[in-house]
Amino acid sequence: MHFPSVTSPHTERPNSVTWTMLWVIIALVPGSIAMIWYFGWGILVNMLLASLVAVAGEAAVLKLRSRPVMPAVGDLSAVVTALLFALAVPPLLPWWLTVLGVGFAIIVVKHMYGGIGYNPFNPAMAGYVLLLISYPVEMTAWLPPRMLNEQILGLGQTLSVIFTGTLPAGLDWDAITMATPLDTMRTQLDLNIMISEIRLSPLWGDFGGIGWEWVGNWFLLGGLLLLYKRVISWHIPVSMLVALLLIAMLFHALDQETHPFGLFHIFSGGTLLGAFFIATDPVSACTTRKGQLIYGASIAVLIFVIRTWGGYPDAVAFAVLLMNMAAPTIDYYTQPRAFGHGIGKNE
Amino acid sequence: MTDNPYVKLVKDGLWTNNQALVALLGLCPLLAVTNSAVNGLGLGIATTLVLTLSNGTVSLIRNLVRSEVRLPVFVLVIASFVTAVELSMNAWFHELYKILGIFIPLIVTNCAIIGRAEAYASKHSLGRSLLDGLAMGIGFTLVLVTLGALRELVGQGTLFDQAHLMFGEAAQGLRFSLGEDFKGMLMAILPPGAFIGLGFLIAIKNLIDKRLTRRQAATVREPLEQGTEAGTA
Repeated sequence: MHFPSVTSPHTERPNSVTWTMLWVIIALVPGSIAMIWYFGWGILVNMLLASLVAVAGEAAVLKLRSRPVMPAVGDLSAVVTALLFALAVPPLLPWWLTVLGVGFAIIVVKHMYGGIGYNPFNPAMAGYVLLLISYPVEMTAWLPPRMLNEQILGLGQTLSVIFTGTLPAGLDWDAITMATPLDTMRTQLDLNIMISEIRLSPLWGDFGGIGWEWVGNWFLLGGLLLLYKRVISWHIPVSMLVALLLIAMLFHALDQETHPFGLFHIFSGGTLLGAFFIATDPVSACTTRKGQLIYGASIAVLIFVIRTWGGYPDAVAFAVLLMNMAAPTIDYYTQPRAFGHGIGKNE
Repeated sequence: MTDNPYVKLVKDGLWTNNQALVALLGLCPLLAVTNSAVNGLGLGIATTLVLTLSNGTVSLIRNLVRSEVRLPVFVLVIASFVTAVELSMNAWFHELYKILGIFIPLIVTNCAIIGRAEAYASKHSLGRSLLDGLAMGIGFTLVLVTLGALRELVGQGTLFDQAHLMFGEAAQGLRFSLGEDFKGMLMAILPPGAFIGLGFLIAIKNLIDKRLTRRQAATVREPLEQGTEAGTA
C-alpha cells in the first residue's frame, strides 16, 4: 500500500513561472487592446516584433550559456518583458530600436546577471531607459490618441513607417506626432502657464489626457484581475497609488495652479501599468510585506519628484529602476520575525 | 616560459596584472574620460609619464625614507610630477588639456600610481621600477584607448575624432566615421556606457585567459601521455 504523506496546506494550485506569466499576459490584454484602439497598429506591430526578438534572444543566450533552451523560453517570461517594453515605447518606434531595446533587456539586463530570477533590474524598464536616454527624439514621438488624430495610419502604412522609416506621402513627423499629456503639462508649466489655462485645451479628459486615461482604466482592470488571481499581492500597487495620490493632492492643495490634481498623476503616463505590472515584478521588487509597502511608496515619491522637478516628463521607469537598486537593502531591514525568535530573547 | 624578470614585468603590466582590468585600480579617470579614443590616449600618456617618473623617484629614495612617513612622501612625489605634467599639457596641448580638465590634476589620486609606488618601486631597484611603471602605464593606456574607441564608435560613430588636438593638423586624416546616417547610442558616451564597456572588456580578458590556460593544460598533458619531458610545466 502506498500512503502519500501530504503536508498542509492541502489545497493545491498550479503555481509556476509559466502560470504566473500566462496570467500577466492575459491581464495585459484589455490595456493592450485599448492602446491599439487609441494609438493604432504600431502598438501591435511593436508587441509582436518585441516578443519575437525577446524569444530569439533568450534562446540564443541560453544556447551560448549551454543551458537547456526549451523550459526557459517556454516559461513566457521573455514574452512578458517584450510586451511591457512594447507598451511603454511610442507606436511608430523604428524597428531597430525595438530590437536594440529588447535585445539589451534580455541579453544584458536579464542574462548577464544570471537569467530569470537573478536580474536585479526590471529588464523591460532597463531596455526602455536605455532607449530613452540614447534616442530621446525617437522615444518621444508619440501619436495623438484616435479622437485627436486626423491622420490615422493604416496597417500597411504603419509597417512601412516602422520598418523603412518612410512616412506616407504628404505627411511629416511634426504633423502626425504629438507630445504626451505629461509632456505637455510639463512644458507649459515651465512656461509659467496656469493649470486652469492648460486644461482648456481639447487634449484633456476628466483626469488625464483624453484617451490616455482610458488606457489607464483598462490596465487597472487587468491589474485587478491579477490581484483576484493572486498573481500579485496588493501591497506594492496599493501603497504606490495611494502614496502618489496623497503627495500629488498635498501639492495640489498647496498650489492649485502649478500642481495638477492628484488623479492626473494616477491616470497619466505609465502609472497604472507600472503599479500593477512593472513594480510588481517578483524578481526585482521587494519580497517582504513591509518592504513591499515601503518599496511601492518610494516609487510613488520618486515618480512625483521626477515628474514635477526632474528632466523627464514620465518617471515610472526611472523610479522603478532606482528602487530596484534599493530593494535588497529594504528586504534586509524588513525581514519578518521568525516565530519563536526575537522579542525579549537573547539568542 | 622564460624566467627573465624584465619580460615578466612587461607581461605583468600589459596583461597578467593589468592595473585597469585585473587590479581594477584607477577606475575614476578610466570611467570618466574614456568617451573618446583621443581623450583616453591623452590621459593614458599623462598617467604613464607620471607613473614611470614617480616609480623611478620612489625607487631612488626608497632607502632614505622612513617607513612611518613613506605614504605622505610618495604622495608628494606623485603630486609634483602631476603638476609638472599638467603645466606641460596646458602649455603644449591646450585644447586637450581643456577637454580632460579636472582629470589631469586628479591623476594624483589614481590609486594605480601610489599602488605601484608602494607595492613595487619602494622595494626594487631603479631600472626595474622604471620598467614596471612604464609597463603598467602602457597597460593602463591600452585599456583607456580601447574603451574610449569602443564608446566613441558606439556612441558617436567615429574613431579618433579630434585627433588633431594631440598630433597636430596632420592627424585630421586619422578620423574614421561610420557615416552621417549612423545614429549613435548616446548611452555609450554617458557614464553607464563606461561601466558596461569596462565590464565587457574584463569579461573578454577573462575569456581569453580561460582559453589560454585550457590550451596550456592540453599541451602539458600531451607530452606527459607520451612519457617525454614531463618536467617542463
